[in-house]
Amino acid sequence: MPDTAIAEAPAKVATGGNILQIRNLEAWYGESHILHGINFDVNAGEVVTLLGRNGAGKTTTLKSIMGIIGKRTGSVKFNNQEIIRATSDKIARMGIAFCPEERGIFSSLDVRENLMLPPVVREGGLPLDQIFDLFPNLKERLNSQGTKLSGGEQQMLAIARILRTGASFLMLDEPTEGLAPVIIQQIGHTIARLKKEGFTILLVEQNFRFASTVADRYYVVEHGKIIDGFANADLAANMDKLHTYLGV
Amino acid sequence: MQALYAQLLVGLINGSFYALLSLGLAVIFGMLNIINFAHGALYMMGAFVAYFLLSLGGINYWWALLIAPVIVGIFGMILERTMLQWLTGLDHLYGLLLTFGIALIVQGVFQNYFGSSGLPYAIPDQLKGGMNLGFMFLPIYRGWVVVFSLVVCLATWFLIEKTQLGAYLRAATENPTLVRAFGINVPRMITLTYGLGVGLAALAGVLSAPINQVRPLMGADLIIVVFAVVVIGGMGSIMGSIITGFALGVIEGLTKYFYPEASNTVVFVLMVLVLLVKPTGLTGRAA
Repeated sequence: MPDTAIAEAPAKVATGGNILQIRNLEAWYGESHILHGINFDVNAGEVVTLLGRNGAGKTTTLKSIMGIIGKRTGSVKFNNQEIIRATSDKIARMGIAFCPEERGIFSSLDVRENLMLPPVVREGGLPLDQIFDLFPNLKERLNSQGTKLSGGEQQMLAIARILRTGASFLMLDEPTEGLAPVIIQQIGHTIARLKKEGFTILLVEQNFRFASTVADRYYVVEHGKIIDGFANADLAANMDKLHTYLGV
Repeated sequence: MQALYAQLLVGLINGSFYALLSLGLAVIFGMLNIINFAHGALYMMGAFVAYFLLSLGGINYWWALLIAPVIVGIFGMILERTMLQWLTGLDHLYGLLLTFGIALIVQGVFQNYFGSSGLPYAIPDQLKGGMNLGFMFLPIYRGWVVVFSLVVCLATWFLIEKTQLGAYLRAATENPTLVRAFGINVPRMITLTYGLGVGLAALAGVLSAPINQVRPLMGADLIIVVFAVVVIGGMGSIMGSIITGFALGVIEGLTKYFYPEASNTVVFVLMVLVLLVKPTGLTGRAA
């Protein structure tokens, strides 16, 4: 499917108004041209998953939206506001939160400090008691050094700290990477609950079996372009294609 | 015995200046990753600003303690915005060379106008005189310098280690890109941090003015020892800088009593030993 067709196609599973609109997004790491014209939309209240092989450009897409990549061109509109030239702190203050693949837990901060680090950018963030309800382990480890937590706990902390901020649009980069199945299940429940609470989520995943439990729609990224997109309801029909795309 | 106590006091006073200056250097290195060779010149500027405030404006020592760090801190922030910020991501050597050049220019300008001899700065009336402690005579001003420096050092440590602002600073030292993506204006925070570090140097300069007189090269004489203090304490370590600053001042003072010939080199001998045993410094962490 050509990029423009995806860009112009209405969302197949629309649960709300268009919150993110990306057109012809290109990005570079130094001299390396990584994204070659990404086009897709995300609607309010839905979970959209970017699938693709390693190095396809999924993480770069999230970083480009967040404004933490050296050079980017094209158009990224959030709530109809152009943010392609905005700095990452301004983008965060507009209500976009990013949970990086490497989790970004700070070793010089304890769990409480890590949790309280991102400032509240707007009303509507989850209060601490709700966060501890979602992630009870964190409450018991508040005084531990952030990087002394297990991988699963660090992932929970990385998600928990952006829920406080009031951001309504969450970008989660491979939240299940390297985690035990029971923790993956817990993160799946958390994402489902966040969706129920009205958060819009853009997820990057290689594990489409996990993604299928939470996603409304998928886009497939390859060589820095969106090459396909379909709704979760059409997943079974697209399974063969998906195996080819992902090489699994 | 009186001589030993007197040298201990001198050591504590020198240690106060080492601690304040190395603390500023540690804050700047931690946040900006710049080895700020201009620190000595900015310390000297603090003393000169206090001198100008008194001689030109009649503004006394107590106000100078507040105003001089603010003025020199603003000067530092202008340096950071116009020059140092462009060094982000480059090798440490560039920052070292640039700040060394700034130090030479600042010192050269002051030397051109004021020569090399010291300008007098009187001890404020409230801190004149001394107290007989029984075992030694304590000049009040010197006691004030030690206590005030300790309070400022601990307040800075508290700010960085125990407050939300400090958490931002520590986090931005580790991963400024992610901290900025949380909505925090990291470039502005870096500028303010440089201003804070420079302000601490200027504060040390004001404290030093009544003891050491106001001289264009007063910072150049001190800065090499202060760098040795920072290396021994561990680059970027806040508490390490404070403890090492005071401890080395005392060790230097004791050396002056027991073996005066080694008093100018003892800090550097210790630096070599620490680098051989623990290259990251006594409280520093490996990068």
